[in-house]
Amino acid sequence: MCPQTWYPFLLGFLEDTTELKLPFEERTAWLIAAVMALLIIGSLVGKLLERSSEERLNTAVVRSFNQRIRSWWLMCAILIAGLVIGKAGTVTLFGMIAFWALREFITMTPTRRGDHRALFWVLVVFTPLQFVLVGIYDERELFKFVLPILVALFVPARIALANDEKRYLERSAKILIGFLICVYALSFAPAILYLELADSTGEPWDANKGLLFFFVLITQLNDVMQFGWGKLIGRNVIADRINTSRTVEGVIAAAASSALLGALFSWVTPFAFWQAAIIAVVVSITGFAGGITMSAIKRDRGVKDFGTLLQGHAGILDRIDSLCFAAPIFYFLTEFFFTR
Amino acid sequence: MQLTSRLLVAAAKLISGYTVRWKDSMPDTCQRVYFANHTSHLDALVLWASLPPEIRELTRPVAAKDYWEKGWLRRHIADAFNALLIDRREVKVHQSPVDLMIREIDDKYSLIIFPEGSRNAKEEMNRFKSGLYYLAKKRPDLELVPVYLDNMNRILPRGEVLPVPLLSNITIGAPIWLEQGESKQQFLDRARQSIIRLRDDEE
Repeated sequence: MCPQTWYPFLLGFLEDTTELKLPFEERTAWLIAAVMALLIIGSLVGKLLERSSEERLNTAVVRSFNQRIRSWWLMCAILIAGLVIGKAGTVTLFGMIAFWALREFITMTPTRRGDHRALFWVLVVFTPLQFVLVGIYDERELFKFVLPILVALFVPARIALANDEKRYLERSAKILIGFLICVYALSFAPAILYLELADSTGEPWDANKGLLFFFVLITQLNDVMQFGWGKLIGRNVIADRINTSRTVEGVIAAAASSALLGALFSWVTPFAFWQAAIIAVVVSITGFAGGITMSAIKRDRGVKDFGTLLQGHAGILDRIDSLCFAAPIFYFLTEFFFTR
Repeated sequence: MQLTSRLLVAAAKLISGYTVRWKDSMPDTCQRVYFANHTSHLDALVLWASLPPEIRELTRPVAAKDYWEKGWLRRHIADAFNALLIDRREVKVHQSPVDLMIREIDDKYSLIIFPEGSRNAKEEMNRFKSGLYYLAKKRPDLELVPVYLDNMNRILPRGEVLPVPLLSNITIGAPIWLEQGESKQQFLDRARQSIIRLRDDEE
């Protein structure tokens, strides 16, 4: 690794502050403004619901609504802060989120004494390393393949060295899946910032920050719409032993609404409106896959959500499960069809 | 010293990702003895760090002299969290650990103790040593507060040096006192049960 490749990562914090202007393109600024407006409305509605909930509404639903709005504010703040600081800042913040998510994941899954050293490597060394590789993005694209291979081979070997054969495969698999979902898959989201994009007519496009914001926005709204549509018109539960709120109708309706939203916000992406709609549908379906996968893991462990497992913790994994799954697909689609 | 203390609190939070739950009790600066299950070297540090600052200042973890006086760093850390170091090997009659604790806390400090004696690698807690009983007998005014530390043995188990930064829970329960006419064993069993109850509540 030559020093030049490190340079942009280390100095990334300065890159946007050297010029005195808005740290993002005008379109991105408009999108952020729109999201803020929605969040303010959401917060106000939440306050109103809270006040009137004692008599009529289900307080648990209102509370989870307010919780979600709060975590969105946080997510929005993190995204904007990261985007203001620059690419490296965003990568670092996503790295911290991945670290926290993996922490939740491992805390929830039972491990044995013999896994200690392997876990240390995965959490303390490999997780930051994955995001360093994203940060030193170059044509070799190391972040795409180095760590999955390394972790897949290292973890079983390290556990074997610890001299404990009980449930060996299961223990190796748990750590691997945790790493792949929480760290590797998620790291594709900030990697969007490094793509050299071209829009649907082949013109160069440099509003990567807006595209990342668009992606996060679609996954988050899709989560809510799947839940909301499921409550409204859902009849056929997809996998009742895994998650009773995910229904066929909910998933289809959410995919359709996501397509609409994608087309609506296509002005902040390099996609034409119909392309944005298709990509939003793909994001919607992969997001659903992420949600149901995490539900299965949680159900297996007998917890409702990661938040209740650890009282007072935000339950980051509950919020980003769909993001983790959709990120690599979204990244590859964009890279394949919309780069120079 | 102030700086080291702050660094220690930050490090404890980062490494153990604890959340604190006060169950049927409230933070208070009155003199207390926090007694907890013991599975990791981190226990004393993390429990101390998790207390609100104004209480933390008045709380001294009881720790083993042979471990914490080894080397400059450990001594510095023990100083920073105001540890009360007890010699496990040389227990004299006129200088018993309990007398030493009572002398050191005076009418000001609270204590953190681990009545199991040493760190425990098994699922179930060991039987309690009698120190807690004598503390309660000689200073009946102290509130004895049970604390359950969850997951600490996964973060830094016995025999490991490097911690795995998982998340942990600290549950602080309602105080108990020595009852009239209660025997030593009865009291120690009851104290142990109070921690087990906090653990079972959590699940």
